[in-house]
Amino acid sequence: MNTELIGIIATFLLTLIIAIPLGKYLAKVFAGEKVWTDFLKPLETGIYKLSGINIKEQMNWKQQLKALLTINILWLVYGFFVLIFQDKLPFNPDGNPGMTPDLAFNTIISFVANCNLQHYSGESGVSYLTQQFVLMFLQFVSAATGIAAAVVLFKAFRDKTTTQLGNFWEFFVRAITRLLLPLSIVIALVLTFNGTPASYEGKDQFISVQGDTVHVSRGPAAQMIAIKHLGTNGGGYFGANSAHPFENPSYFTNMVEMIAQVIIPIAMIIAFGYFIRRKKLAWTIFGVMTIGLFMLMIPTLSSELGGNPALAKMGIAQTTGAMEGKEVRFGPAATAYWSTLTTVISTGSVNGMHDSTMPLTGLWQLLAMMINAFYGGCGVGLLNYFIYLIIAVFISGLMVGRTPEFLGHKVEAREIKIAAIITLLSPFLILAGTAISSYVFTNHGGAAWAVQPKNWLNNPGFHGFSEMLYEVTSSNANNGSGFEGLGDNNVFWNVLTGIIIFLGRFLPIIGPVAIAGLLGAKKFIPESAGTLKTDTKTFALMTFAVILVLNALSYFPALALGPLAEYFTMLK
Amino acid sequence: MKNYIIQSIRLTLVLIVLLCILYPLGIALAGKLSKGNGGGEKITKNGKVVGYALLGQSFTKPEYFWGRPSAVAYNAAGSAGSNKGPSNPDYLKEVSNRIDTLLKYNPGLKKSEIPADMVTASGSGLDPNISEQGATIQIERVAKARKLDEKKVKELVAMNTLKPFLGLFGPSSVNVLKLNLALDNL
Repeated sequence: MNTELIGIIATFLLTLIIAIPLGKYLAKVFAGEKVWTDFLKPLETGIYKLSGINIKEQMNWKQQLKALLTINILWLVYGFFVLIFQDKLPFNPDGNPGMTPDLAFNTIISFVANCNLQHYSGESGVSYLTQQFVLMFLQFVSAATGIAAAVVLFKAFRDKTTTQLGNFWEFFVRAITRLLLPLSIVIALVLTFNGTPASYEGKDQFISVQGDTVHVSRGPAAQMIAIKHLGTNGGGYFGANSAHPFENPSYFTNMVEMIAQVIIPIAMIIAFGYFIRRKKLAWTIFGVMTIGLFMLMIPTLSSELGGNPALAKMGIAQTTGAMEGKEVRFGPAATAYWSTLTTVISTGSVNGMHDSTMPLTGLWQLLAMMINAFYGGCGVGLLNYFIYLIIAVFISGLMVGRTPEFLGHKVEAREIKIAAIITLLSPFLILAGTAISSYVFTNHGGAAWAVQPKNWLNNPGFHGFSEMLYEVTSSNANNGSGFEGLGDNNVFWNVLTGIIIFLGRFLPIIGPVAIAGLLGAKKFIPESAGTLKTDTKTFALMTFAVILVLNALSYFPALALGPLAEYFTMLK
Repeated sequence: MKNYIIQSIRLTLVLIVLLCILYPLGIALAGKLSKGNGGGEKITKNGKVVGYALLGQSFTKPEYFWGRPSAVAYNAAGSAGSNKGPSNPDYLKEVSNRIDTLLKYNPGLKKSEIPADMVTASGSGLDPNISEQGATIQIERVAKARKLDEKKVKELVAMNTLKPFLGLFGPSSVNVLKLNLALDNL
């Protein structure tokens, strides 16, 4: 077997070796049990004191959501103004300009929402102040927001009947002090000592061997790249994201970054099972997700390693696979592996350009983001999966003619309504968004925007349609990767995707937390012979079928018009 | 509600100190101990900086090994890929032109020997590496242009080939800048 395949297998195994113990640790941290990081308690106490927070104050699900939304709205306002006025604020050694209001609107929503869709380029669009005090700051706190929301859900199912779901601020702060910050320090140091810049020096200039004058963008990148992966954010320091040799210097750092982005999503699933004392349920969920991951990854690998058929016709050698948009030091296998990971979880960082991947690879990337629950983003992956679970419980309940229950709580009309709305939200946003952009492209090509609609596609034909579909799908999934050929920095895309990201973030947090809160408050029904067990293989299969059917029905027509059509035209 | 607003503001301020000042400064300080002092490792020739170890740069002269095509002409202040789709006719024309250029400057080269990385743009536009095969097909040209023995150039390529990580994981690669400097130092 070749070294490229061995590399990705080793990466996956290392991921599990780290993620599973991390999950057990997290369960203890959030349950307040003894762990070795308890020496950080004084730091936390200090934070609570300075912030006027009393963590003994118990919140119900509505209070949890109020606290969550309040602080998120505050960040939106704070960040928006810093982005607009960054040219007038300090720490701007490269003299980059302030953002236009529509770009600032898009960027701030994107980072608050853990999406990190970037319509600016890191080298020329932001100052060092913005990179650290807004973007990197939000990478920490948006990830912690997702984790804290998931812990609220944990709380709802730990005890038999409860409305007291703990303190939001405590979960939020602990997610940072016990998880994100310590791990970020480790990863940032690894990157720094492998060549990623970490200092505050501005742009450099040198004369190359052949005599060209070259300008080099630098800056404190390692700090941001660490949390961009751990927090499943994905927003890079440089324009080319983790394909840039500074962001990702070697095959080793590539392994580190691939591991970093998926350990917390996996750990959260394990933590769920240990926290609510139903380990088998966690392993069942983990099993479904992992099978889903492989079903997307294996065909992706096969389509990338096969190379571009159009280039094969020209008679050149594609021994390792398709290379357009990829880096030699990673090779096609590790780039294909990354592209699946970054789309199943909501990182959206890239180590190769997705726009240049093969048509079927694009199909799997899109599908991964449409499903958005195989591991999924920090905390929110589990919340998304929870919605599928509730739908699966409901449908199985109907099939066997019993009242649907989940973990000893009756699932009734109100919960199903919420789950149905959240399920329908994604196809609505994705399909309507793509339809509107296609309409503008075909009918208003000459609109006087920064990038005119007729010029915003970098590729003609079906691939051009895929560029628009990808942009909208990535926004709804809070993923943030793109078919970057799309000319997206204009008022249309900034506003459209800004709105989609916002709705695609907060409704899928509010919905599951509300359902969990409502269920947790209901009378506990002890398990009997008639109970629908949710931790069995049969139910796992059922959930998988629900995920497959819902997504196939919603998206097949759009996928047929984009990547599938391109694939078949290339077969000619 | 009012309580949440005040707590949010205070918590945000505290976290800004922790996450945006203490954390990045700490890493930046530690970075001073790394190669390049946390500002990127530089490569010098005769005492002058001629590049960064990690960043590719443009080589077009026949006596140098060429790097990969770049969508941004190796602009290290504006990294990007081409973002060309696999079926784009303009793109395919471009690749075909690159193949012709390689064939023209490397007499005796067969199409089937050209590796994909030499005719496709990298993701960053700054890829410092080419594949081993990408270097091999250029040996004859470089040796001729420099009036060197081919064997000698071949040895140099072998010396500048980075093996897979730990000998097990990932592809091998050749750093174009380092290889060319080694040639100049002969």
